[in-house]
Amino acid sequence: MKKEPIISFENFGFQYTAQAEPTLYDINLTIHKGEKVLIAGPSGCGKSTLAHCINGLIPNSYPGKTTGRLTIGGKDALKLDLFGLSKIVGTVLQDSDGQFIGLTVAEDIAFALENDCIPTKEMHEQVEKIAELVDVKGVLGHAPHEISGGQKQRVGLGGVMVGKVDVLLFDEPLANLDPATGKQAIVLIDEIQKRTGCAVIIIEHRVEDVLYRPVDRVVLMGDGRVLYDGGPDELLCQDLLPRNGIREPLYVTALKYAGVTLTPDMRPSYLPELKLSEEQKRQVHTWFSQQPQAPRPPLGDVLLNAENIDFTYAGGHHALKGISAIVHKGEMLSIVGTNGAGKSTFSKVICGFEKPQSGVLELNGIDLSTLSIKERADHIGYVMQNPNQMISKTQIFDEVALGLRNRGVSEEEIRPRVEEALKICGLYPFRNWPVSALSYGQKKRVTIASILVLKPEMILLDEPTAGQDLKHYTEIMDFLSELNRQGVTVVLITHDMHLMLEYTPRAVVFNAGQVIADKSAAEVLNSPEIVEAAHLKETSLYHLSALCGIDDPEEFTRRFIARDREVRV
Amino acid sequence: MTNLFNYIDRPSPIHRLTGASKLVCLIAWSVAAMTSFYTPLLVALTVAALVLFRVAKLRAKDISFMLGIMIVYIALNNVLIFLFSPNHGTELYGSRTVLIPLPGRYDITAEQLFYHLNVILKNACTIPIVLLFICTTNPSEFAASLNRIGVSYRVSYAVALALRYIPDVQREYHDISLAQQARGTEMSKKASLINRLKAASSILIPLILSSMDRIETISNAMELRGFGKEKKRTWYSARPFSKADIAGMVVCLLLVVLSLLLTYLNGGRYYNPFMK
Repeated sequence: MKKEPIISFENFGFQYTAQAEPTLYDINLTIHKGEKVLIAGPSGCGKSTLAHCINGLIPNSYPGKTTGRLTIGGKDALKLDLFGLSKIVGTVLQDSDGQFIGLTVAEDIAFALENDCIPTKEMHEQVEKIAELVDVKGVLGHAPHEISGGQKQRVGLGGVMVGKVDVLLFDEPLANLDPATGKQAIVLIDEIQKRTGCAVIIIEHRVEDVLYRPVDRVVLMGDGRVLYDGGPDELLCQDLLPRNGIREPLYVTALKYAGVTLTPDMRPSYLPELKLSEEQKRQVHTWFSQQPQAPRPPLGDVLLNAENIDFTYAGGHHALKGISAIVHKGEMLSIVGTNGAGKSTFSKVICGFEKPQSGVLELNGIDLSTLSIKERADHIGYVMQNPNQMISKTQIFDEVALGLRNRGVSEEEIRPRVEEALKICGLYPFRNWPVSALSYGQKKRVTIASILVLKPEMILLDEPTAGQDLKHYTEIMDFLSELNRQGVTVVLITHDMHLMLEYTPRAVVFNAGQVIADKSAAEVLNSPEIVEAAHLKETSLYHLSALCGIDDPEEFTRRFIARDREVRV
Repeated sequence: MTNLFNYIDRPSPIHRLTGASKLVCLIAWSVAAMTSFYTPLLVALTVAALVLFRVAKLRAKDISFMLGIMIVYIALNNVLIFLFSPNHGTELYGSRTVLIPLPGRYDITAEQLFYHLNVILKNACTIPIVLLFICTTNPSEFAASLNRIGVSYRVSYAVALALRYIPDVQREYHDISLAQQARGTEMSKKASLINRLKAASSILIPLILSSMDRIETISNAMELRGFGKEKKRTWYSARPFSKADIAGMVVCLLLVVLSLLLTYLNGGRYYNPFMK
C-alpha cells in the first residue's frame, strides 16, 4: 500500500518579519498518514518554527516571509487560516498549565467543541468519550490546580482530540514533567496513535525519553535545515546527535565508549529489543573493568543543618513532616522528588519565606530562626526557576547592583563587586547592555550574578536547567560547577536525572514531606523503590549493565559518568 | 488566599437556577431597589433578600470578609451624607421635626434619620442579593451567563479568564515579592511610603513580563482550538431554563414594574410618612 502524505514541505523557507536572517532554509520533508515522527534539534535550530508552520501560528500569529510550498491535508497550508488548519492538526503545547483554558477539566476538553457551536447535550457525550480515552474521567469537574502535571497534559491532549484531527503535534511534551510522568506521557501518546491512527509529530530534544516507545522516523534539525531524515536505528549508529548538541541515549553512548560497533539490525533505538552478541557483552564488561574506579569526593564540614523540620501551611496542608538534612561546605547537592513532595517548601523554609512550626535550622552552628529574610540572604542566595520573575531593573549593571544598593553599600564599593560578579558569570562584556537584549540562558546568569554579588556561602537554585537544551544545559551546569570549585556551596532542586548524576555526587530524595533517601546520585537511580517513590526513572545504564551481566550497576553508572565528562570536556 | 469568586458549592434551589437567570434577577432586583425610595417596598425586599439567603443555605461566616467591607462602606456612606448634607431629609420630605438640637446646621431631625434608614435599607436589600449571586453561581457558568444576556462571547470569556487568573497572579506576586525581599528590598511597614511604592514597582516589572508570557501562551492555545472562528459559540456549562428560572425572572421583572408603579402612584420616588 502506498503511503499517503498528510504534510509535505517542498523547498520551504521562512523568515520572521523582525529578523534579519531566515529561520528555516530549504526544508523538504513529508509526513505520511498514521506515521510517528520525532523532530529533534537543539534550541534555535528552527524546530519550534517548523511546528508553528504546521499548526498555522505561522503566518497567522507570527508574520514573516515564506518561500517554497507547504501542503497540509492536500491543501496549500499558507492559504488556510488557523481555524481551517486546526481541523487537521491538533497541537499540544509545551506549557500544560498555560494552555489550560477552561475552568474545569471538562470545559477545557470541550473548548474546541464550544467554538464549533456543537449543542451542549452532544458536547457532554463527546467529552465523556474523550475523557475515557485519555483517562481523566474521574477528574472531569476538577480545576487545573487540583490535578497533576501528567493529568494536565492528558487534558491538553483530550482538548485537541475532540476535533477528530489527522495529525497530533506535541511541542516538547516532556519539558514540564517529572521523569516518571514523562515516561507515562510517551506511553499514552503511543497508545493514542495506535488507537486513532493519527499521524504523530513529537518535537523534543530528549531523544532517549521519546524512544521509550518506538518511532517510525527521526528528523534531526540544525541551523534551520534538515540534517537527517530516516530511521532511528540508522541515526543512532552515527554520531550526528552528539555532534549537533543533542544527547544520544546513555546506553548508546556507553556502547560506543566500550568500542561496540552499532548496526541498525541490533535495534539500538529501542532498548527492550536491543540485541548484543556475547562478544559485544564481553566488550562492555572489559571496558567496565578497565575504567578507573570513579572518585568519591570527601565531605566537608557541616554548613547547613536541618533537624526535624515540621511545617504546615495555613490552609492545613502538612508539607514537611520532620525533615532532617545536612549540607556540607563546598558541596554540590541535588534535592529531588515529585511535585508536592516538599522540595520547594523546604527551600522556602531555608530562605525564611515560611516559618516552620518546629525543628532546628542552623547555618555554621548559628540558629537561623532569629534572622530575617534579608539577613539570611547574606548567607544563602535563592535563584528562582524563571529569571523573568527575578529581574526588576532594565540595565544589567543595576540589576546586579540592586542587592548591594539595598544594603546601603557605597557606589565606590559596588562597582568593583558588580564587575567581579559579572566576570564570574561571563557577562562582563555586556555590563552596559539592557537586560532585554539577553537570551534566556544569559538572563539566568544575570540572576545568578545578582545573588553572587552578595557573596553568599550557599546558593539554592530551583530547576536551573528547566527547558534548556544540551548546549545551554552544559553551559549553565559547567558554570555552576566552576562556582562550586571556587568554594560556593551549591544546592539544586531538580527533576533532571542527568543533572543529578553528572554534577551532584549526593542526592537527597523527598517524598510526601519526608526525606526517603540521602545517597549518591548513582545509588538513588539504581534503586527501583526510590526511583518509583520519587517519580524518577531508572537510567538506561541500569538495564544495559543487567543485559551485560554486570552486577554493580551503580559503579558502572559512576564510571560511565566520569568517562563521559572527560570526553565532553 | 481570598478568592473574589467565592463560589460555595452547597446544593440548594438557588444553586440550581442557571447563572443567566440569576444574573437577570440580580440586575432587575437592583434596578427595583435603586429607583425607589418607597420604604415599605424596601423593607419587603430586605426581608425577602434575607429569606433567600437562608434558602441558599449560606451562613454569615461564609461571607464574613465581604460582609465586613460592606458594613464599613454603609457606615462611611451614612456618616458622609450626614456631614455634607444634614438637612437633606428635611428638604426631601418638606417638614422639619427636630429631635435633638445640635449646633450649626447639625440638628438631628426625624426626616434626616428616616432618609438614612432608607439609604441603609437600599443597601441592605441589594447587597445580600449580590453576595447571593457570587456565592451560588459556578464560575464556569459566569461567562455563559454574560453571553446569554447579550454580552459578546469574546468579552464574556475575557472577563471569566481574568477572574480565573487572579489567584495565579496573586501567587506569583507573592513569590516575586519574597525573592525581592531576599535581595534586601524592604517592603514592611518599616520603610517609608515612597520606598514601599518603589519596592512595589520592582515587583510589578517582573510580574508584567511573566504575565505577558502567559497571555501569549493562552491566546495561542485558544486560537489553535478555534476561538473566535464563529459569530456565536455554545457553552459546555450552559443549562436550559427551568420553570424555576422563568418564574424567578418573571418575579424580579415584576418587582421593577412594581417599583415604577409605586413611584407613579406615590407621585414621586420618596415615600413620605411626614405628610399631614
